[in-house]
Amino acid sequence: MAQRGIREYDAKRLLAKYIEKFSDGKFHYKGEVALITPDYSINDAAKDNPWIKEKPLVAKPDQLFGKRGKHNLVLLNADFETAKKWINERMHKRVCIGKAEGELTHFLVEPFVPHKQEYYVAIKTEEEGDRIYFSDEGGIEIEENWEKVKQFFVPILGSVSDVDFSGVEPLISDFIKALYKFFVDLDFTYLEINPFAITGGEVVPLDLVARLDDTAYFWNKDKWGDIEFPVPFGRNFTKEEQFIRELDEKTGASLKLTILNPEGRIWLMVAGGGASVIYADTVVDLGYGKDLANYGEYSGNPSEEETYLYAKTILDLMTRKKDPHGKILIIGGGIANFTDVAKTFKGIIRALKEYKDKLIENNVKIYVRRGGPNYREGLRMMRKLGKELGVPIEVYGPELPMTRVVTLALSGGSNENN
Amino acid sequence: MKIINERTQAIIYGRQMKAVQRMLDFDYVSKREIPSVAAIVDPTREGFETAFFGSDEILIPVYRTIADAVNNHKNATVLINFASYRSAFETTKEALDADTLKIIAVIAEGIPERKERILGALARKKGKVIIGPATVGGIAAGRFRIGNAGGSIENIVASKLYRPGSVGLVTKSGGMLNEMFNMIARNANGINIGIAIGGDRFPGSHLVDHLMGFESDPEVKFHVVLGEVGGLEEYKIVDALKNGKIKKPLIAWVTGTCAKVFPSEVQFGHAGARAGAEKETADAKNNALREAGAIVPDSFDGLPEKIKEVYEKLKSKGEIPEIEEFVPPAVPMDFDKAVKNGIVRRHRQFITTISDDRGEEVKYAGIPLSEIIESGKGLGYVIGLLWLKKSLPDYASDFIELVLKIVADHGPCVSGAHNAIVASRAGKDLVSSVASGLLTIGPRFGGAIDGAGHYFKEAKDRGMSPAEFVAYMKNKGIPIPGIGHRVKSVRNPDKRVEMLKEYAKKHFPKTEYLDYALEVEKITTSKKENLILNVDGCTGVLLVDLMKSLGLSDKEINERIDAGLLNAFFVLGRTIGIIGHVVDQKLLKTKLYRTPYDDVLYKLPNKADL
Repeated sequence: MAQRGIREYDAKRLLAKYIEKFSDGKFHYKGEVALITPDYSINDAAKDNPWIKEKPLVAKPDQLFGKRGKHNLVLLNADFETAKKWINERMHKRVCIGKAEGELTHFLVEPFVPHKQEYYVAIKTEEEGDRIYFSDEGGIEIEENWEKVKQFFVPILGSVSDVDFSGVEPLISDFIKALYKFFVDLDFTYLEINPFAITGGEVVPLDLVARLDDTAYFWNKDKWGDIEFPVPFGRNFTKEEQFIRELDEKTGASLKLTILNPEGRIWLMVAGGGASVIYADTVVDLGYGKDLANYGEYSGNPSEEETYLYAKTILDLMTRKKDPHGKILIIGGGIANFTDVAKTFKGIIRALKEYKDKLIENNVKIYVRRGGPNYREGLRMMRKLGKELGVPIEVYGPELPMTRVVTLALSGGSNENN
Repeated sequence: MKIINERTQAIIYGRQMKAVQRMLDFDYVSKREIPSVAAIVDPTREGFETAFFGSDEILIPVYRTIADAVNNHKNATVLINFASYRSAFETTKEALDADTLKIIAVIAEGIPERKERILGALARKKGKVIIGPATVGGIAAGRFRIGNAGGSIENIVASKLYRPGSVGLVTKSGGMLNEMFNMIARNANGINIGIAIGGDRFPGSHLVDHLMGFESDPEVKFHVVLGEVGGLEEYKIVDALKNGKIKKPLIAWVTGTCAKVFPSEVQFGHAGARAGAEKETADAKNNALREAGAIVPDSFDGLPEKIKEVYEKLKSKGEIPEIEEFVPPAVPMDFDKAVKNGIVRRHRQFITTISDDRGEEVKYAGIPLSEIIESGKGLGYVIGLLWLKKSLPDYASDFIELVLKIVADHGPCVSGAHNAIVASRAGKDLVSSVASGLLTIGPRFGGAIDGAGHYFKEAKDRGMSPAEFVAYMKNKGIPIPGIGHRVKSVRNPDKRVEMLKEYAKKHFPKTEYLDYALEVEKITTSKKENLILNVDGCTGVLLVDLMKSLGLSDKEINERIDAGLLNAFFVLGRTIGIIGHVVDQKLLKTKLYRTPYDDVLYKLPNKADL
């Protein structure tokens, strides 16, 4: 699909496994890390990792958000019992990180390593190559000291061996080269270690952020091992969103649902990835962002049963609580390439029939716009349904600009007799 | 001459016959003189494919490698790569190395970013254009269509893609191409060229690359761009506008403005559609484009009006030439589609009444195979469905299996097994050897089942008494089929016959023909001890009794006997044994069989007598 964040735990696990190989044995990292979850307590971890009870520990949440120190979510230099208590107190606790609110469920535990010098390294991908950032003054103040950060560029058709690292101590530049090879070989798209320390050949990454290119799974599945791509912190799925996600995973088609405001008046059910974004955009652009209830997309030729279940989920959500101004359902879409429009409408129509009474009770008005193969039949079915249901349904084809139904719906207007 | 013109030809990587046909249909409505597809590459199989160019059917050569296709078709300048995401990198790289190929469209979605960046860099180095990855491609109106771009032929015609208009369109999303084609056809005179660069973060060519091409093409009068949240693509356009490289009017919209109302970072459908920083948001990009002089509406919904405004303005200034409109020829409807729509009909050459494999799964006599298996029915039941079109009760289906078990084999000396063994020992394969054995089944070997069924049924149906029947056959000089055995006799009965009789007496509702045959046997055995009802005879009459019990009419039973159905039970059963003998001989590695001289009596005529 794209670039996906991975846990610090997994990134460190990979670094420990491969840094020796990519540095021709020059650097080592023990990879003493453990991931504490609701199903794997620190007691469990201590059985598998003897160091947990022997060394002073660091503990921190590992859920793809940064600035953990600033949120007072890092425990340093603690013994086992202290770390255990600290984690237990925070497990399942809800916290706010910026705009995102979510539950703490995953904690990283590793040995606390006293160190003198803190280095910073980050690798980013750009179209023409990869950019390496390095500073020997790493740590939380890196952004304040950005002018001290050195930049190196590896062209995409070039090699890191040709990059001039003068000004960086040889030991460190050797590590950067090895890290870069690791980055390329495992298809990372972003890697930042801030800070890290090096003593002899021993590397200690203290804090690490990484993203992988999940489209490279086919080539990397053995190297990555049991990798997890957690959802971004704060994405808590409702029961309905979860249901559609599961439906989506089971089919070759694409079914997406994000609830933005369950009490919103405007509900979207749009065919096509590109078109679905544009419908949501238009609602927002016209100033009705707060009324937009959901982002919804179906595409890739879903079966009648799948569109039925998808439509039913949306209809159920939108008829739970009445709104004095009534509600709007937009069944939209662009001009399909080869999808039989009438066929995909069948499942939607089945769901609409089932929700007839609720749609009337909630004063729902429906707007349809779609084009593509067999669209005339599809639109005819929708118009006929409008008469049967007693629910107002306005139906348009490619003669109406794609998003004009949004304008019509929001103004309560109609264009149908034009 | 434009890079893409009405004589441009493509090599298609991947045997994508639907896409090929769609390209040729586009050619036809655009009145192209030569087909736009020169060749196909399929690494698994070479040869030819056929496709329609209008009503004509043409041959398209298929090669195993890109190199072969390129060497044989030096005129082809485009490669449309339908390889999967797993092999698209290698094949695209190979195409970039071919001198004659100038444009490579990469359809696959999900190519890793590093591989994409390498392809993009290689293309730029070699001065070639990659369209994609993760795209449907694009269309040069009236000249050339990449694969499936533009959708159904109805849409091609409705959006006037069969002749060039004045608008240059470039989008990220392939899914929105049709909508934009439609919008531009309704609000201006249609596109001149429209390209979707694909939704990935590192596309092989950029929005601005295509705009620069449109800029230098005098047929393109203004640009329309549909960008997307995420990435920095659109800033390259901003730069080109600012430094005066783009002079023609440019209408732009970046989608994904809704991202700001989402609770946390959202990844939309496209891999690149994710704003990593404020600069990558749709709002920031729309503002930057607007400030750089692009015409940017307040929302996507304002796009049609902006297009219309620019078009009308340029037209009133006389910058847009009149297009000579023509009615595009109608593409003949495919036979399959015409059948589906009930437009044509024809007589079928074949009729079947027993099985149907057209649906989700095969049906035997109307019953889905899975239903048969799940209900635990046996082979006898399947035979009932396919041979008698009857859903057999258990007693009947078990009886059929009993018959098959009984006739399955009778040792190596009988003619069927003997012949099969001789053929196998001559080195023939399994099927030939089995067939050689089966071909001996006839009136003297195994075939008596048919004869017994036929004669006993006829005699009883005509009301002959057993004695009359024996006399009748004797008069005609025909030994009664199913009567008599080489070694078995009344006092030394055939165990197989005993089992059949016992089963039938216990389970069949009626055994009228068996009873009749046993009366006949009483008469014949009174004449000679070994003139018993043998296994063929017993099987024959019981199968008649079975059909009768299942409710088949006399006429239906007679038709089946005449069709050789009774014998079929022997053929099927004995095939089991014959296969066993052939396999046995193969495993024993037996040598060629030759009948010894002393087994043959040589009695040739004297030369003098001739």
